[in-house]
Amino acid sequence: MDILQNLLTTLEFIIQGLWITVWVTVVALVVGLVFGVLTALMRVYGNRFWRQVATVYSVVIRAVPVVVIIFILFFVIAEYVNLSPFLAGSLALGFASGAYQSEIFRGALQAVPAGQMTAARAIGMSKVQAIWSIVLPQALRLALPAWGNEATLVLKDSTLVFVVGVPEILRRTQQVSARTNEPFIAFGAAMLLYLGLTLLTTQFLGWVERRYRLQM
Amino acid sequence: MQEFLELLGNVVPSLLQGTVVTLQLAAVSLALGVAIGLPAGLGRVYGPRWLQRVIGVYITVFQGTPLLIQLFMVYYGLPDVGITFSRFAAAYLTLGLNSGAYQAEYLRGALQSVGEGQMTAARAIGMSKGQAIRSIILPQALRLVLPTWSNEAIAMLKYTAVVFLIAVPDLMGQAKIMAAKYFAPIAIYMIVAVFYLVLVGIAYLILRQVERRAQIPGLTGEVE
Repeated sequence: MDILQNLLTTLEFIIQGLWITVWVTVVALVVGLVFGVLTALMRVYGNRFWRQVATVYSVVIRAVPVVVIIFILFFVIAEYVNLSPFLAGSLALGFASGAYQSEIFRGALQAVPAGQMTAARAIGMSKVQAIWSIVLPQALRLALPAWGNEATLVLKDSTLVFVVGVPEILRRTQQVSARTNEPFIAFGAAMLLYLGLTLLTTQFLGWVERRYRLQM
Repeated sequence: MQEFLELLGNVVPSLLQGTVVTLQLAAVSLALGVAIGLPAGLGRVYGPRWLQRVIGVYITVFQGTPLLIQLFMVYYGLPDVGITFSRFAAAYLTLGLNSGAYQAEYLRGALQSVGEGQMTAARAIGMSKGQAIRSIILPQALRLVLPTWSNEAIAMLKYTAVVFLIAVPDLMGQAKIMAAKYFAPIAIYMIVAVFYLVLVGIAYLILRQVERRAQIPGLTGEVE
């Protein structure tokens, strides 16, 4: 019973980091979504120059460990603007995720049959209109399963902002472990918490996927 | 420019040392991952119900929690209950167990995509189940799993970058020391990014060759 009591007290403290973890993940996913969709559009519909810019971004960022990108951007951001570690860390994580999301959305955009674009242009839509109201809505739904996978990866990678001092789950856990001198229980509690979080996320994303699946 | 070249001259020797450690970590962890993932994948598909369940729990835990927490659990948590590892042992073990969980899942996918008729046919000509798996199913599954597996190998090169947080002197660990020594974090982490870029690039080219060699000729999709 003693161990259970310990575990509960520990969890109580770590859970205060839960919201920060969730927010880091959400901000990073949204930033990554913007970068990902924009660069995917550049790669599929852009001219040669934009296509190359977007490709270099995706290829280079995906070849470098996320933690290295977080370090670089954290120091670059700190040089020019005064952002909190939370924002700087989330932005950096989002910038990294954008490269992976770029691949996902590029695949999805290319999976929308070319006839859709032709048909949209034939009824008088401009290219931008066709992309915005015909191709993109379908592509986003096609991208859902892969995007959900990326979302759980970002959730797990959000522990990496710990290195720039964001008080998320892992940093909280370290604080508990230093105070109680019971690292096994502290990290055990953190693992349980994460396990719950990823299982919940997968369930939710599964539901979203079923809800918005396209029958093609 | 002069300044940058000087910095480069100062940090590259240490970063190269770190690169050796990173490559070593990736290679050993991958090998450990295969040693764990292969039996785990087979057990997940062909084992008795209880074994399938145990392996399922192993995979869920290691795929459902962040690598960094797993690493801290092994290095800081386990000594608390009397199991102590050195830095390197903790790094190898965590990366190996983590990779093993993913590799087991990939192998399961490959095993299941080998058509069921193959097993039936092997049994019909008198092979035991073990024989059929070893000489009919597994050789095909291993070739099918190779492309996914080579992605995992490249990912492993990148995953190793977190072990500097338990003070293993890998590429990233050396970078951190150099950044503090020369007060030039941005330049040094950029150089490190280029190092990783080159490592991943080379690994990609090598693995693509291997994949091409091992491809099952003319095969697309399911093996019937």
